[in-house]
Amino acid sequence: MTMLSERQQLSYIAAQAADARLNVELETEGMTLNIGPQHPATHGTLRIIARLDGEQVVWAEPSAGYMHRGYEKLTEVRTFPQVTSLINRIDWLGSFANEVPFILAAEKLMDIEAPPRAQHIRTILFELSRIANVGLFLGDLGVQMGAVTPVFMAFRDREYVLNLIEGATGGRFHPNFDRIGGLKDDLPKGWIDETKQVMKKLRRFCDEIDDLLFGNEIFQSRMRGVGVIPSDIALQYGLSGANLRASGVEWDLRRDQSLPMAWDKVDWKVWTHPDGDSWARCWVRLQEVRESTKIVDQLLDTIPAGPVMAKVPRIIKVPEGEAWVSTENPLGEMGYYVVSKGDLGPFRVKIRSASFNNMSIAPWVLKGVYVPDIITILASLYFILGDIDR
Amino acid sequence: MSALLAVEIPYWGQSLLRVLGGIVAVLLPAGTIVYLFLFKMMSFMQSRLGPMEAGPFGSMQLFAEVGKWLQKEDIVPAEADARIYKLAPIIVLLSTFLLVVVVPFGPDAYFVDFSAGVFYALAIGSVSVIGILVAGWSSANKYSLLGGLRAAGQLIAYELPMVLAVVGVVIQAGSMNLQDIVVAQNSGSIFGWDGVGFPFVLTQFVGFLVFMIAVQAELTQVPFDMPIAESELVSGYMTEYSGFRFLIFFIGEFATAGVFAFIASVLFLGGWGVPFSWFGWEGLDDVDNWMNIGGPLIMFTKMLVLTGIIMWVRFSYPRFREDQLQRFAWKVLIPISLANIALTAIVKVAV
Repeated sequence: MTMLSERQQLSYIAAQAADARLNVELETEGMTLNIGPQHPATHGTLRIIARLDGEQVVWAEPSAGYMHRGYEKLTEVRTFPQVTSLINRIDWLGSFANEVPFILAAEKLMDIEAPPRAQHIRTILFELSRIANVGLFLGDLGVQMGAVTPVFMAFRDREYVLNLIEGATGGRFHPNFDRIGGLKDDLPKGWIDETKQVMKKLRRFCDEIDDLLFGNEIFQSRMRGVGVIPSDIALQYGLSGANLRASGVEWDLRRDQSLPMAWDKVDWKVWTHPDGDSWARCWVRLQEVRESTKIVDQLLDTIPAGPVMAKVPRIIKVPEGEAWVSTENPLGEMGYYVVSKGDLGPFRVKIRSASFNNMSIAPWVLKGVYVPDIITILASLYFILGDIDR
Repeated sequence: MSALLAVEIPYWGQSLLRVLGGIVAVLLPAGTIVYLFLFKMMSFMQSRLGPMEAGPFGSMQLFAEVGKWLQKEDIVPAEADARIYKLAPIIVLLSTFLLVVVVPFGPDAYFVDFSAGVFYALAIGSVSVIGILVAGWSSANKYSLLGGLRAAGQLIAYELPMVLAVVGVVIQAGSMNLQDIVVAQNSGSIFGWDGVGFPFVLTQFVGFLVFMIAVQAELTQVPFDMPIAESELVSGYMTEYSGFRFLIFFIGEFATAGVFAFIASVLFLGGWGVPFSWFGWEGLDDVDNWMNIGGPLIMFTKMLVLTGIIMWVRFSYPRFREDQLQRFAWKVLIPISLANIALTAIVKVAV
């Protein structure tokens, strides 16, 4: 387990000194800054209450709930197939990935498994939504730091991915394509060739971002050594996904658990970074987009023939029982605990979304940093507000 | 001015011409920069077209924008210090108008002939800090306050490298008069070859770089845009401004970019002049009258090149953090420019 970095220790000391000045000597007056709910850096309506001493953060706390939509409760009055159209909207940038763990949990309860072709296509679409999600993150990083150009490159190349998702599923943002026992449809004609072309474009996009943003000295000086999260702290706060891997913990649910998906059939690598700073988090995500394009390429070559739907009854009744399935979503571990009483719909669904847990470390990591670093640290922790509030 | 038209113009007429000329010299660069760079170059860099509807290729877009801003409500926050709040954008724009006064556009096409023009320009250039600081303070907004304070710290820090970078030019020209600096550059020659005159950018290259970086910071453009910092401070000191007061800030931003580019081209790129030897001129008195027309055009071209570089950097770089910016000014720029001054002085005395 890594020790606290020197910088982190210094910022602790500075924050404590600021605390002491605020509370005891009353020489200076602190200021409480509300970052959000309406603020360009919060990707929606997250509110961060920051107590400042000059430009230094003495104490900060995220305050969620401004966009709570009650999906856990809403699932209780829907049938199982209807739930996917709701949970699509949790992480709206990579929405197909939201459907998969819920469908897998329902399939686990019903004790059926999707045919191999459906598993392959599920995995391909899962990785495409990861690319659509994290690709936008890579462009958005620049905007958080005042570089306006990369985000347009991200939108330009994300468009190709969205076109692919639209071609396969009919929906650009909210596919609602996953069914219990398989998929709604097979892939359209010519889709595989086009996907291969797009994967080439995306690898070029990754190189461009690598050059323009990650190779920039200012970007590096803003990112390196800022917001360091040691691996033990990361584990204690329940971080997952790239945030955890950037702290040096080699943990990836795609590899570490056996699900009826196709990840174990291809050759890919789990990227980690030992530093745990903002730079590491961004770098790991960049590598993961590259890795995803490789996964998709290999899956397209090995896609088996056969049906895309298993034999399921027309009216789906899920037998009584409880199931927990989580997958490695673009933002981190996303899981559903589904309780069924044998009805048409779930009795209770608990959603474990990645951003909610990832944001819980904000008070720890924001303590002692400067105001501009709040923005870069939040950007590198990468949350989607729908994923926090649900 | 009177020599240009070859008629005797009364004093009030000259004054009127100067005022009109000043307005043109401030607003024309601002409009050109906004359309050419902010609207079009930025769009092409970002694989989009930019405004295309208003006029051919969106060239009338700026007028549409101005019309839009003029129609908007002039909001003053309830807690704001209303008088100062309303005054602040005018102070910022005023400093731009005061700055353009010393720039020579031709042998006779200048507004005021200052013998200490460089000194005046550098002094007046920091007046805009006052406007920005009071804008941040009087808005009664925490983001504005942070932005205003950042602006004060940053603009004062970058005043110094700018002054020091110019000192090299002043040593080399032996004058603080901007007109003399132009003449010194155009009457010189490089080892007997007078193809391009002798623009000071060749010898003062370090000074030119430091000056342009300091200008970038002085204009609060990316990578030095912490006072505005849209993604952190939600436009900083401009957060609360709307309508035509925001428009004045906006014009001020780009007009100041144009005027600083004018000053940089006077100091380093030979100003309005073509090399004197081309036409057999010996000094300022020989320069033909038509240079009063040609000079402004040459200046305008050089201004566009320099602002193009400023905007290019703006669109492609992320921004520094506040402490990194201060460190960069005090630990890198100031030592470099001091070394440059020392070297220039030694060479000047030795040669």
